[in-house]
Amino acid sequence: MVYENPDGIRIGLEVHVQLNKLKTKLFCGCSTEYHDSEPNTHVCPVCLGLPGSLPVLNEKAVEFAIKVGLALNCSIVEQTQFHRKNYYYPDLPKNFQTTQYDFPIAANGKIIIEGEDGEHVVGITRAHIEEDPARLQHMGTIDRSKGTLINYNRSGMTLIEIVSEPDMRSPKEARRYLEKLKSILDYLGVFDGDLEGAMKADANVSVFWGDRVEVKNISSFKGLERALVYEIMRQKNHIRRGGEIVMETRHFDEARGVTISMRTKEEEHDYRYFPEPDLVPLRVADWVPGIRETLPELPDAKRERFMEQYGLGETHARALTTEIKVANFFEEVAAKVDPKDAAVWVSDILKGELNYRELSIDAFTVEDIVAVVELVTGNKITEQSGVEIIRTVLDDGGKPQDIVEKKGLLKVEDDIVATAVEEAIAENPDAVADYLGGKEKSLNFIVGKVMQKTKGRADAREAREKVLAKLNE
Amino acid sequence: MITKEEVEHVGWLARIEIDAKESDAYAEKLNSVLDYFGQLDEVDTEGVKPTYHVADIVNVFRKDEVTESMPQEDVLANTEHKQEGNFKAPKIM
Ligand SMILES: [Zn+2]
Repeated sequence: MVYENPDGIRIGLEVHVQLNKLKTKLFCGCSTEYHDSEPNTHVCPVCLGLPGSLPVLNEKAVEFAIKVGLALNCSIVEQTQFHRKNYYYPDLPKNFQTTQYDFPIAANGKIIIEGEDGEHVVGITRAHIEEDPARLQHMGTIDRSKGTLINYNRSGMTLIEIVSEPDMRSPKEARRYLEKLKSILDYLGVFDGDLEGAMKADANVSVFWGDRVEVKNISSFKGLERALVYEIMRQKNHIRRGGEIVMETRHFDEARGVTISMRTKEEEHDYRYFPEPDLVPLRVADWVPGIRETLPELPDAKRERFMEQYGLGETHARALTTEIKVANFFEEVAAKVDPKDAAVWVSDILKGELNYRELSIDAFTVEDIVAVVELVTGNKITEQSGVEIIRTVLDDGGKPQDIVEKKGLLKVEDDIVATAVEEAIAENPDAVADYLGGKEKSLNFIVGKVMQKTKGRADAREAREKVLAKLNE
Repeated sequence: MITKEEVEHVGWLARIEIDAKESDAYAEKLNSVLDYFGQLDEVDTEGVKPTYHVADIVNVFRKDEVTESMPQEDVLANTEHKQEGNFKAPKIM
């Protein structure tokens, strides 16, 4: 089935990724670990733009950028340089942003996402290196602001701006693209996506193959989808009423879920880009083979391998390979128990419980999940008890074996269940009569009694089978 | 030729207020600078590669090693406008 794209929607994304796994900023030795620090404590003359200071490029930042480019199937530029993008705004104290212009470090790539009609290729136009601006905090609301507080700790952090082709055909595809990008970057170990400001996106959107509108200020995956749904609806309504879509920049107001026109007097040529005289050109194409060798197995390849090596279905394989930490965790579990059981317990159950508590896989150990799976597959406890153990470990701590003992979760012996079944039937003749008379529901009542008698430690399905067998004798 | 409007726009980009009288004078001055650069256009640069740097050096890097940042009080030493460790600027949109 081919997706028809009836409204002629085209979405392209510009994603800013902060390479926060670097130890220092792009052009100075200030530490990147500022996230929990006092304002303006991770700055120096360079990132504060003091007169006379000179930038020196972080070698590792270039290496990381090439790594990202290769993972996005880009070609890496032969020679490049930095430019100054000039604008007067206090988020950059130098009055310009150091960025790349005519020769981005990487270009002409692609990634594959799960599209509306199966695998869908999204082109990567370019990826370039630039510096992150400072954080501005408006005092009071934005329209009644009393002033702006500026914290330069973030100023000069390394960003990679990844620009896609307008190949996404729905807000859902745009979110999938962002998720895929995050997954790839997570595998590369170049950024921690959980840190504030790690990933930001601007979108350009058009309907009926028309002119595009740029939507800025999108800071979350959920926000992206909402902003796009709103903007597409707005454009369609506008056209339906006889209006025309003009190229413009709009600002996404996350709180109200709407996009607002931003009248800007600055156009692209107003940035007056020119080559940065304080930095010499880069000729790093010969680094490429070496860096390519350090590329890890990426999500698509890992998913294929999981399906082949462990016999997993696509849904499990996909869920288990989105985050590298989860993939590694799964492989450790799969080495100790049946991989299919491992997939069910890690992907369906453990991840669900972790997500519910907003915890990462680090909150659980391989040893504990292996213990739970062995208890269940060894028929020592019920599946329900297995889930209860996971919840208890997460909420109160403790080891699975101790929890089994403390809570008395071991399955009761067969003859105890058999006795409970006999008792339940003997004590509830009305229910038995009702069931035999055709009332299916009465069976549940009798099974409930059995569970009560065994204090829930009998396996409900087994209990049901035993009651049925007894009644049909 | 640079027009008055262009002068005002450039002034806005630089966040400098330029009034009507000044913009005439600036237009004249800027035009004379442009004329001067116009003379450079007369040089035949056919087949000459653009030069961004006089010295033919490439690949100057530093290692990804942390160096000390400045103490917060030094960072804020040059401003009167501060609050809770931040620089304080007028309302910005
Ligand atoms: Zn610095």
